Amino acid sequence: MVDTCFLSRGLTTLAGLLLLPFGSLAASQIEDQAEQFFRSGHTNNWAVLVCTSRFWFNYRHVANTLSVYRSVKRLGIPDSHIVLMLADDMACNPRNPKPATVYSHKNMELNVYGDDVEVDYRSYEVTVENFLRVLTGRIPSSTPRSKRLLSDDRSNILIYMTGHGGNGFLKFQDSEEITNIELADAFEQMWQKRRYNELLFIIDTCQGASMYERFYSPNIMALASSQVGEDSLSHQPDPAVGVHLMDRYTFYVLEFLEEINPASQTNMNDLFQVCPRSLCVSTPGHRTDLFQRDPKNVLITDFFGSVRKVEITTETISLQPDSGVVESSYKKDQMVEELMEPLKYAEQLPVAQIIHQRLCAYPDKLDSM
Amino acid sequence: MAATGAAATDLEVVRGKRAALFFATVVIVLGLPLWWKTTETYRAPLPYSQISGLNSLKLRLMVPVTVVFTQESVPLDDQEKLPFTVVHEREIPLKYKLKIKCRFQKAYRRALDHEEAALSLGNIQEAEAMLAEPSEQAEGSLTVYVISERCSLLPQDMMSYIGPKRMAVVRGITHREAFNIIGRRIIQVVQAMSLTEDVLAAALADHLPEDKWSSDKRRPLKSSLGYEITFSLLNPDPKSHDVHWDIEGAVQRYVQPFLSALSAAGNFSVDSQILYYAVLGVNPRFDSASSSYYLAAHSLPHVINPVESRLGSSAASLYPVLNFLLYVPELAHSPLYIQDKDGAPVATNAFHSPRWGGIMVNGHTVQSPEPKVQGQTDWVGEVRLLFGIAQPQLPPKCLFFGPKSEGIMTWELDRLLWARSVENLATATTTLTSLAQLLGKISNIVIKDDVASEVYRAVAAVQKAAEELSSGHLASAFAASQEAVTSSERAFFDPSLLHLLYFPDDQKFAIYIPLFLPMAVPILLSLFKIFLETRKSWKKPEKTD
Repeated sequence: MVDTCFLSRGLTTLAGLLLLPFGSLAASQIEDQAEQFFRSGHTNNWAVLVCTSRFWFNYRHVANTLSVYRSVKRLGIPDSHIVLMLADDMACNPRNPKPATVYSHKNMELNVYGDDVEVDYRSYEVTVENFLRVLTGRIPSSTPRSKRLLSDDRSNILIYMTGHGGNGFLKFQDSEEITNIELADAFEQMWQKRRYNELLFIIDTCQGASMYERFYSPNIMALASSQVGEDSLSHQPDPAVGVHLMDRYTFYVLEFLEEINPASQTNMNDLFQVCPRSLCVSTPGHRTDLFQRDPKNVLITDFFGSVRKVEITTETISLQPDSGVVESSYKKDQMVEELMEPLKYAEQLPVAQIIHQRLCAYPDKLDSM
Repeated sequence: MAATGAAATDLEVVRGKRAALFFATVVIVLGLPLWWKTTETYRAPLPYSQISGLNSLKLRLMVPVTVVFTQESVPLDDQEKLPFTVVHEREIPLKYKLKIKCRFQKAYRRALDHEEAALSLGNIQEAEAMLAEPSEQAEGSLTVYVISERCSLLPQDMMSYIGPKRMAVVRGITHREAFNIIGRRIIQVVQAMSLTEDVLAAALADHLPEDKWSSDKRRPLKSSLGYEITFSLLNPDPKSHDVHWDIEGAVQRYVQPFLSALSAAGNFSVDSQILYYAVLGVNPRFDSASSSYYLAAHSLPHVINPVESRLGSSAASLYPVLNFLLYVPELAHSPLYIQDKDGAPVATNAFHSPRWGGIMVNGHTVQSPEPKVQGQTDWVGEVRLLFGIAQPQLPPKCLFFGPKSEGIMTWELDRLLWARSVENLATATTTLTSLAQLLGKISNIVIKDDVASEVYRAVAAVQKAAEELSSGHLASAFAASQEAVTSSERAFFDPSLLHLLYFPDDQKFAIYIPLFLPMAVPILLSLFKIFLETRKSWKKPEKTD
């Protein structure tokens, strides 16, 4: 009895051991395929960060945008891929008691202005027309490269907007508005020309959810700080600076982003949970029906960071240089170099001579020395 | 008195009715059309039907092949049949809206005297040198020489040879079905040298709907009018190494020949720079087994971003930039190797990122900090990968030496041009179609005359490119396809297309109601009154009856 038990157990374990490698191979293949399926397929990242309000009391909107700019740079997107539009200059505003700084935390804990801010559209250049031109690419040919959104069909773009808004519109510079229909049409034009692979749209204004209601192009995920009919509130005033420093939603988003590093695997569902009603007073909303992937498979770094796909170079070509033609010109360069003599400095200021002259001119000084 | 008063009021009433009717007619017949015409968005006429016709374009890529038979290559009675032409056409199965057919037009002929002399030499390289002298082959065409079965030009076990300059050699056979068998061998050789399905699939990778993640590996550079190549030397530790980098010489010796061979594919410009105190964003780890430092494969993606902001590549030009970096490790981290996924050090010590460029780490020890010249040959390999020039799939028993001094064979350049032409045509067609769709969807976009002329030019260029491709002129087809892309992009991205900002419907009502309502109300009311009175006067005769 015992022997047969052992024998059968031995056989099953042997069978199990034999099947293990097949099982693990199949599992790893499925895993590879699954991992590939859930990856986003983008090769580069862009960010368009817009602050639409001017005047000193809208300090918080500039601080919002600069905090997102700082996080995005820290996570890897280079300045050449960020279009930063700030409608007013708070750091050098005459009313700023601490010039060249923009603080996002009270008691001046965090200066988001930093040393290497590169603002692409500043002050009165931030208009609805310029914003739409940046998005759709219909820019006059004299525009410098840093002011263009040169994305292609494999770019993931993050668009962040903040300012004062209402039901279906966002106010630019207190003089004009962009409506949600215009924004939806601009995204459709981007999609038609395949200027993005996936788009993340974040808006922090009052009644922000109305801005993403009209989107109809695929691969767009949108987040807003408040629903229609609600106001988005500011976070904390600072008595030294004298204005509110940040908006609540962006403050908690910034806190969330400070814990992300370029290698982290946090996904979008966590971003949706940021700033619940108890902290934010307004109800943040999001829209994912136009997005193809499941948000829990979308990494934060897919939009906020910039991780490149690399491959090890394994192929080499062995070349025999075409020595005949080129050697002659190479030799000529060498000969030119040898002919020149080594340089040396000429005496610019013959100090000894001057002192000698002076002393000789004023002999009484010699005595005093 | 009352009768004349009644008659007078009747006259007044009739005159009033006529006046009201006249006003109404003027408003409806003249006013409405005038208002409509003056407020519509200006659209110059566009060839919508031709644009939709482009979507069902049938592309036929013709490869003209000249097959030259030497004297003993085929049996005598087959030799009598020369010269004639055989066409071999095949559809490329791609899930794409443009149907692509590949057509090999083989023109068989007898060998001329100097060709016979060249092919009876003992060495294949000498034969090639002699054959290449008379004429330069046009782009896209190939020549295949058929030698006899026992000829010693090729080693005995080899059936074919593919040379670097659009030339191939195939063994003949003395058999009844000689032409069929040789024809099949020729097709095999010619397909390896020109168009195969994966060349076109890689070119159209961005347009095909299937899994975009599987084409990660095959992500060649997008077709563009020119490219800018930047070589950068990163020296994080200038105190310890004084690196002499003879980049000008290396560029002249290795880079320029390669780029001039590729010059048909675009304008290339080369620049170089040295960056001091530029560090990689990743700390290398120490491997005690080989007492060297290494960069693990999973940390490589994080290397590029911190460095890229210092490269200054974006300020140079509007063309896509390819960056090639040579990193000389710090004294504390020397020697530095790159490990692949299995932990083995990579022989080339280099990695690349698709559509960006490549980084090579100078793995030498401290004693010889001179960057190796061999790095330049690795560079050529990386550029070939970035452009999507893959290693060819050779038919069995084929002799193949590889590129000589330029790093690229002329028929590889032809493959690149074919792939680029097809890609350009696909892009231009997509752009024109999306422009037409956009104009249909958003009614406020203005099309000026010069934009319309660009669209016409783009459509004409696409059609011309398709024609040239089907007649086998690759160079002019490529030029036409580039013009098509440029014109279509210029039309789509013209700044004037954003001229009108959009007016939501409620704003439109708010503008027009104060203008039209005060004018329209009296007219409409009087028309209504006239209508009621005429109806009453029709009913009256019935009542009296």
